[in-house]
Amino acid sequence: MSGILNSSIGRKFAMALSAFFLMIFVLQHFVINLFSVLSPDTFNEISHFMGTFWVIQYVIQPILIIGVIFHFVMGFVLEIKNNKANGVKYAKNNGAANSTWMSRNMIWSGGFILVFLVIHFIDFWIPEINTKYIVGDMSGMHNGEFRYFHELQEKFVPIWRVALYCVGFVFLALHLLHGFDSAFQSVGANNKYTKGLKGFGKAYAIIIPLGFIFIALFHHFNH
Amino acid sequence: MNLTLKIWRQKDSKAKGQMVDYKVTEISEHMSFLEMMDVLNEQLVNSGEEPVAFDHDCREGICGMCSMYINGEAHGPDRGITTCQLHMRMFNDGDTITIEPFRAAAFPVIKDLVVDRMAFERIQQAGGYISVNTSGNTQDANNIPISKHAADEAMDAATCIGCGACVASCKNSSAMLFVGAKVSQYALLPQGQVEAADRVQNMVAQMDLEGFGNCTNTGACEVECPKGISLENIARMNREYLSASLKG
Repeated sequence: MSGILNSSIGRKFAMALSAFFLMIFVLQHFVINLFSVLSPDTFNEISHFMGTFWVIQYVIQPILIIGVIFHFVMGFVLEIKNNKANGVKYAKNNGAANSTWMSRNMIWSGGFILVFLVIHFIDFWIPEINTKYIVGDMSGMHNGEFRYFHELQEKFVPIWRVALYCVGFVFLALHLLHGFDSAFQSVGANNKYTKGLKGFGKAYAIIIPLGFIFIALFHHFNH
Repeated sequence: MNLTLKIWRQKDSKAKGQMVDYKVTEISEHMSFLEMMDVLNEQLVNSGEEPVAFDHDCREGICGMCSMYINGEAHGPDRGITTCQLHMRMFNDGDTITIEPFRAAAFPVIKDLVVDRMAFERIQQAGGYISVNTSGNTQDANNIPISKHAADEAMDAATCIGCGACVASCKNSSAMLFVGAKVSQYALLPQGQVEAADRVQNMVAQMDLEGFGNCTNTGACEVECPKGISLENIARMNREYLSASLKG
């Protein structure tokens, strides 16, 4: 087991495991956000639970942050190693003849998602941490009612932020269109179920980001 | 047909290479790509110039020696073939064709279009074999039951000719399709399973040592492979490697 992360296959395996974890996280984030459209009260209750339950705050949240950092750092490490392995560039290279744009540009789609994540953290996560752990207000209340839904709606009033989020989700879709299948291949799962899994992966990669875009637009136009 | 060729010329492994333009005329569409290169070289020799160095041997698509990157693809625009089986009917009169060596840090250029692919040999030496007593006590292979499915899959993997098109096509210069095929052809058969764990670990370690890149599953290798080696072999190698590593 020792030294497995020093091997090319070990690094890909670790990359895939962090990808699985992040894909599950994105799915639960989407389901919770969907409640902001379906039932603001339920959204408030779930948000308060997620924001105050110690297991989520002190166990799962740090694991998530480590997972995100690991995925990005390993992505850049692999990119640097792969560029080193390339040697002289071809004068003419027809990559489109044998592979998808998404598969050849994971570092770019991932890079844009990283920029989006920084903005998302500044928008939501840092103010939340400030309220709860700097100011010390764990009540989740503002003027006698839960603040979560109201804060979410306020964020999506400026059209520039909505546009920025939509672009971020388009890059998430592009990243997932290759990343979903790729993670399974990296852990050695290529069998009779692969065709079905690829179909499911494409659906996941399109439906979830489109859903996030819908939620952002919904709150912008229904404020 | 008349063609313009843009060919990578490099005097030796230390020299700095460059693309050089050549004109060839009256090329028959029935010629193979290598025959067209022969015409060019005859023309260069007659005019007192250095002919273009390129690898070739059987010219029947089985030796894996020819290794040109033609118009941005390993072995050119056709599928399931090596360069020697690429025919000029795939091109049009007046075309400009770009011809480069297979590129990868682990495949250094020796001269012009010839690259050093000994890294593949060293990976094979690290574990691409089975240990069999051949001192006269070898049992008949047919005594060992092997399912048709496993035999077919092992044979498919064994058709890899080690040409290096997978590495040349990969944006990361990864050799995992080659190594995956070699690991699979033994891992699928009882004779190879005895040393399977050591084999995959040693071959992957040598692959990494040679400086090949990491697979990002673009699938370009599978598309460009002249023998149609499947990505399933990489997945099998990943399973074999992870299983061997966990067992210690």
